[in-house]
Amino acid sequence: MSIVIEHLNYVYMQGGPYETKALDDVSLTIHDGEFVGLIGHTGSGKSTLVQHLNGLILPTSGQITVDGMDLADKNTDKRAIRRRVGLVFQYPENQLFEETVAKDIAFGPKNLGLDEEEIDRRVRTAMRRVALDYDKLSQRSVFELSGGQMRRVAIAGVLAMEPQTLVLDEPCAGLDPKGREEILGLISDLHRESGATIVMVSHSMDDVAALAERVIVMNHGKVAMDGAPREVFSRGEELRAIGLDVPQAVELAQKLREKGFDVPEGIYKIEEVRAAVEAIVGKGGRHA
Amino acid sequence: MEEKSVTNVEENRIIASNLCYCYPEAQKNAVDDVSMRVKKGEFLAILGHNGSGKSTLAKLFNALYVPGSGTVWVCGMDTKDDDLVFDIRQHAGMVFQNPDNQIVATVVEEDVAFGLENNGVPPKEIRVRIDEALEAVGMTKYAKKAPHMLSGGQKQRVAIAGVLAMKPDVIILDESTAMLDPSGRREVMNTVHRLNEEEGISVVIITHYMSEAATADYMIVMDDGKIALSGTPREVFTKVDKVRALGLDVPPMTDLAHSLRQDGVDVRADVLTVDEMVEEVCRLSSNI
Repeated sequence: MSIVIEHLNYVYMQGGPYETKALDDVSLTIHDGEFVGLIGHTGSGKSTLVQHLNGLILPTSGQITVDGMDLADKNTDKRAIRRRVGLVFQYPENQLFEETVAKDIAFGPKNLGLDEEEIDRRVRTAMRRVALDYDKLSQRSVFELSGGQMRRVAIAGVLAMEPQTLVLDEPCAGLDPKGREEILGLISDLHRESGATIVMVSHSMDDVAALAERVIVMNHGKVAMDGAPREVFSRGEELRAIGLDVPQAVELAQKLREKGFDVPEGIYKIEEVRAAVEAIVGKGGRHA
Repeated sequence: MEEKSVTNVEENRIIASNLCYCYPEAQKNAVDDVSMRVKKGEFLAILGHNGSGKSTLAKLFNALYVPGSGTVWVCGMDTKDDDLVFDIRQHAGMVFQNPDNQIVATVVEEDVAFGLENNGVPPKEIRVRIDEALEAVGMTKYAKKAPHMLSGGQKQRVAIAGVLAMKPDVIILDESTAMLDPSGRREVMNTVHRLNEEEGISVVIITHYMSEAATADYMIVMDDGKIALSGTPREVFTKVDKVRALGLDVPPMTDLAHSLRQDGVDVRADVLTVDEMVEEVCRLSSNI
């Protein structure tokens, strides 16, 4: 399955005094099984773009197809799209509403008209995949849980729809470091173990550097860069010019190069820069 | 005990002494026997995983909560004294997490004026204070704008201006950058650092971002309602394993230094920034 976006334009409040072009001639293909990191400062169009991926908002012009189905076509079954592409919003725990964890996760599958047995299987599977203990937590109120647990319940609710593609809009926003690590770990596992396509919007260059296989940078509603993390993060000056950071590993590699050290181009992971530093200091910097 | 602490008003903006707080119906204290102080002109960071008690502590600092036992003095005023609540909040202003639910007016300058009007400040004086406060946060040209048209970082700066207009001695930011993008975070952090350095206002930040904590004069790590670690960022972050065990991260460069040391490279353990790491590599490579 792939998501094909062709010449996508989106205008907010068209014709009004605050008319804003949020997406400007965006063309992209998201392939099966990819892990895409989507970055850009606030207002760059990245959230507008992800809301197009399951037909939540429709293009002002241009086309977007999921598995060949045209999202703007009135005859396309929106539910079929949303079973394929699951969208996890920012602060998804704000949308929890059911009495118990299990009921909240079951909400989507129930609306698909699945039988009890299948719903139960999906709830259990989804909880396992987000590392929530079914026996301990399924009958608890969602509001008794910690922030990190609530977010995992919200993600489980989307997973219970068993989408091939999971789109997450800043899944780690507002979490503490441990909560972040848990969420990133489970997204990474989903990708590795079930081959799910992942599109992750993030402000953290370090998180994107650690996980993504492809990085798309949005700026002023356009795709400013699109490539492997190694290529994108090597364009540090351009990234900074559009208000983004680079991972600290990239910054260190660049500054060491400026000092005349021989550091390979394209380094962006902390392990890589560590190896480069060890090569530089050699034996001289070591304890006896 | 009380006498002694209160006489240090000039030195200590906030003093907490054997402070305990328990939420209604909770089994144990959210803040448990905490003694600490915020010195005049100090930039203090409070960290801790979710549920560690750090936000509760912040709310005890400006009399949003009243101690169960122990005492908080804000500029010499005991927060248990009901008659002093407004004075206390004038001296210790608070900025919250969500930029969208702490702005009350429909025009930026009216929002800044809100606290002043409620305190009966004369209109002429209000005008002067609004202008000064908006200038201090770099928002003068937005004075007549509608808050909902601003970015998250700009909204938080307006909230800071509202606090600033009260001429506080301490500003407390309770995860005020958590919902902002990197450039919004930079705006807010630059603003409070400038207020701290130029106006001598004490700043307390509650944060999950290690990079923000690293810019503080002093930091406190909360765990289970107690102070688990405290010291300068350099002292605290050097204890990499301890910090991790408390569910927190260390800055990426401190982490790199830690792993290089494990590999036998004689790099300083208390590296915090990229520039310091570059210095260390230069130093070590010249030893060869």
